[in-house]
Amino acid sequence: MVVRVPTARSGTDLTADREADGVVRKNLAARGSRRTPRRAPRVALFATVALVLAACSGDQSALDPAGPFAQRPQDLIVWVFGIAVVVFVLVQGLILYTSFRYRRREGDDSMPEQVHGNTKLEIVWTLIPAMILAAIAVPTVQLIFEQMDEPDVDYLTVEVIGHRWWFEYYYPDYDIYTANEMAIPVGMPVRLEMTATDLARSPDLGVIHSFWIPRLAGKQDLVPGHTTYLNLQADEPGRYIGQCAEYCGLSHVNMRTRVEAMGMADFEQWVEAQRTPAPIPVAGTLEARGRELFGDLGARQACASCHQVWEGDSPRGPAQGPDLTHLWSREEFAGAIHDLTPENLRAWLANPNAMKPMQYEVNGIGMPNLNLTDDELDALTAYLETLR
Amino acid sequence: MATTTAAGTDTARIRPSKSTGFLSWVATTDHKRIGILYFWTVLVFFFIGGVESSLIRAQLAQAELSVLTAEIYNQMFTMHGITMVFLVVMPFAAAFFNYLLPLMIGARDVAFPRLNAFSYWFYLFGGIFLYSSFFLGGAPNGSWVGYAPLSTNAVSNMAFYAVGLQILGVSSLASAVNFIVTIVNMRAPGMTFMRMPMFVWMTLTTSFLLLFAVPIIAVALFMLQFDAVFSAQFFQPATGGDPVLYQHLFWLFGHPEVYIMILPAMGIVSEVMPTFSRKPLFGYAAMAFAGAAIGFIGFGVWAHHMFTSAIGPVPRAAFSVATMFIAVPTGIKIFNWVFTMWGGRIRFTTAMLFSVGFVSMFTIGGLSGVMHAIVPHNAQQHDTYFVVAHFHYVLFGGALFGLISGVYYWFPKVTGRLMNEKLGKVHFWTWLFGFNLTFGPMHMSGLLGQPRRTAVLPDELGPTVELYNLLSSLGVIVLIVSASIFLFNLIRSIRRGEASGDDPWDARTIEWMTATPPKHHNFDVIPVVTSRDEFWHRKYAESEQGIPVAVPVGASVDHDADGDAGHIHMPDPSLWPAIHTLGVLPLGYGLVYANWLLIGIGAVWMVTGMFGWIIEPLAEGDDDEPALAGSAAH
Repeated sequence: MVVRVPTARSGTDLTADREADGVVRKNLAARGSRRTPRRAPRVALFATVALVLAACSGDQSALDPAGPFAQRPQDLIVWVFGIAVVVFVLVQGLILYTSFRYRRREGDDSMPEQVHGNTKLEIVWTLIPAMILAAIAVPTVQLIFEQMDEPDVDYLTVEVIGHRWWFEYYYPDYDIYTANEMAIPVGMPVRLEMTATDLARSPDLGVIHSFWIPRLAGKQDLVPGHTTYLNLQADEPGRYIGQCAEYCGLSHVNMRTRVEAMGMADFEQWVEAQRTPAPIPVAGTLEARGRELFGDLGARQACASCHQVWEGDSPRGPAQGPDLTHLWSREEFAGAIHDLTPENLRAWLANPNAMKPMQYEVNGIGMPNLNLTDDELDALTAYLETLR
Repeated sequence: MATTTAAGTDTARIRPSKSTGFLSWVATTDHKRIGILYFWTVLVFFFIGGVESSLIRAQLAQAELSVLTAEIYNQMFTMHGITMVFLVVMPFAAAFFNYLLPLMIGARDVAFPRLNAFSYWFYLFGGIFLYSSFFLGGAPNGSWVGYAPLSTNAVSNMAFYAVGLQILGVSSLASAVNFIVTIVNMRAPGMTFMRMPMFVWMTLTTSFLLLFAVPIIAVALFMLQFDAVFSAQFFQPATGGDPVLYQHLFWLFGHPEVYIMILPAMGIVSEVMPTFSRKPLFGYAAMAFAGAAIGFIGFGVWAHHMFTSAIGPVPRAAFSVATMFIAVPTGIKIFNWVFTMWGGRIRFTTAMLFSVGFVSMFTIGGLSGVMHAIVPHNAQQHDTYFVVAHFHYVLFGGALFGLISGVYYWFPKVTGRLMNEKLGKVHFWTWLFGFNLTFGPMHMSGLLGQPRRTAVLPDELGPTVELYNLLSSLGVIVLIVSASIFLFNLIRSIRRGEASGDDPWDARTIEWMTATPPKHHNFDVIPVVTSRDEFWHRKYAESEQGIPVAVPVGASVDHDADGDAGHIHMPDPSLWPAIHTLGVLPLGYGLVYANWLLIGIGAVWMVTGMFGWIIEPLAEGDDDEPALAGSAAH
């Protein structure tokens, strides 16, 4: 079938589809020139939205909620952001329009009318924003209370204590101490009871920190001398990352944290493992030597003076440094900034301040360089690897 | 008893009389010269603050860089914040207040000229004192807000912060008192409050904010310093202190502080826009009232900086609602500016471009501010780069754009020359582009999880965040180029800019009536004011349709009168403000190091300076001391 393109005749729309024999022949040549201008904005819009959505996801993204305590604030802010966009377009549009429409044209020396104001207009743009804001205020206040109240279903309590520069976690229901990585069951609210250490607890005078796992909840400060609370909940299993979000000094950026959400069965298994005392290595092995050194480094400060490894013979208690009883059950260490591998751990023990600025000699905060020999490093690393 | 022999004797009792040379600047009490001193000092600190931010952006251009150590980085962002807030934006506004206020109200100087000089010297010495910390063990590194207990810890070097800001606070407080008294008492005959230029209204409001806010931070800083240096326990929880107390005290100052920083720029824009639109400011009464409302409500929203702190849901809700409502008077101002332009004959000089840029950029910053008021999402936004984006939009896109607009606008009055308009436009467009490139992406990187005050860009935030950070860092390069263009234009125009005449913009307010630059005594004859926009109404009458028609007999410029101003009494120069304030240096170091000898020296020095100040006679003599023969009476 040959499509005959009509020749130019006045009055003929050369771009139109032709109808012949009851069939509409699409004018493909005109298609290109007519369609593209209309399609391009739509494609651009789709691409922008896709890019924006893709750009919103991220392991630490506040725009990618994974639980209700992050989802609800997002649901609210989307409305507010939408209103903000409307206001933005209105105001910037007015500015652009006014700038172009009322610019002085070349050679125009006429004077404008000296308008002093317009009471009606001024009342409108006072009242309308006030009403919009009043409308926003209502769901905002409601959500403030909803987010902060105790959940009205069963929830898990975890105590969080901020140190320079690591997060301590204590599960009061299970008498578990751990550091930097918190395990929680999926689908259950978790209520964090939080504070920061202070001189009453440890030689660190204590500073303000903030706990923040964006995909699970907003942040909440950890203030010495106060107990603050944060609700969070993960609706999908996974490893959620976050970091300290209140400047706390030298290694503020190196104070990170992880929440590992898992099914209830897995969580209960984790709890059982964490409640098991640390194994005592067989006498005479390298690991046993490491355990000895852990408790006594002669003239140097012993690891055990700051770190607890619970062997079941005494009550568990808080310590100045991270609890190491189940160190090897964690994936990262040193404030969750390094992967927990034997090489990394050995390098850390050899010179902690090189792997995380702490200036222990100046501050007395963090971990000292104990000037360990190679043999000592071998033994200690081997011992710590047994703490699963 | 005064002697009447050679001028060399009894020199301590004679006021300095030279009007040129280095010492004349040290002894000046002329508000115009003090304004110029502020301006150049601001430029130096702006450069330094810019170096600090450039280093920060170099460190964050990519993930896991080590351009700076963590310690240096923490000092950089702390000092960048302190410098830009206390040593740039606030004194930049003071430069304008100083130069323009008496001229705008038809006065010959401020109410307390030596106190005015004192404010400048205290600013200069305070800035020098703060920066000396770099050479004395390290600059403060506890962030510009200096939260306790971190800042009470010796490693934070925050004793310099506490004492340094105390000095700067005194400077601002003295200025505030000076300007309030000047505005209330020294307006020209006929200039009622409702006939004052809007810039003067903003000066008055800002001064009241300073008056009530600075004492609060003075208290906070005293407590901080005593905790840090003298082992007080105000903020130490182990012994019953409370860190949250510091936050309340700081932000009770800190929030009015941000309005202190923006209102002057709003005042400038309210002068520039009517001139270049050739129409009066739209809604003058609403503008004055909105400015006052912003200031007043501004004292009631401080805890919106503490939404994630140890406060409960009730205060969070209360401050959330209060914060939302500050948007109302702010919105009034935005609309009034746009409608000042509406219907005008707009001339897009560089000054006008920066003022329009102010309105545009400040709106963006204001909208992200409203988003912060939504407490549940504030918990995601707080302490991230989203906040950094917000306040740079209102302070850089807002305050700085407004202040720069003022430079281009009043440059001709101060120097008698015009700045180059072509270079000015290049400056504007590169500045606008560089600013948005630097701070726009920060909105996104903050929401994608990048906290602020982080010495390194963490790898785990992902490549998108890294890209946004790279864009921000590239934006700084554009800003550096842009600033260089501005500086070049400024210096070259001072030297050989085109002559401007007295009223190059066909302006509306009486400072444009003076000689150019204004004579020492400002006005030969103090104008009698009969309306708002007095100068405009001397040049133009309004037809029935409200269209201005030039008055044929120009009753405009002031100095047509034969310049015989020989009998106008002007404030005498004095070295005592500079001498007295210099004593704050030993006092300050003494307070930092708990060194009683230095404290003693500083205290005695300053008290002696105060006495010298009090008892120095007028150059033309007074009832007890007749004038010395040959001493200048000008």
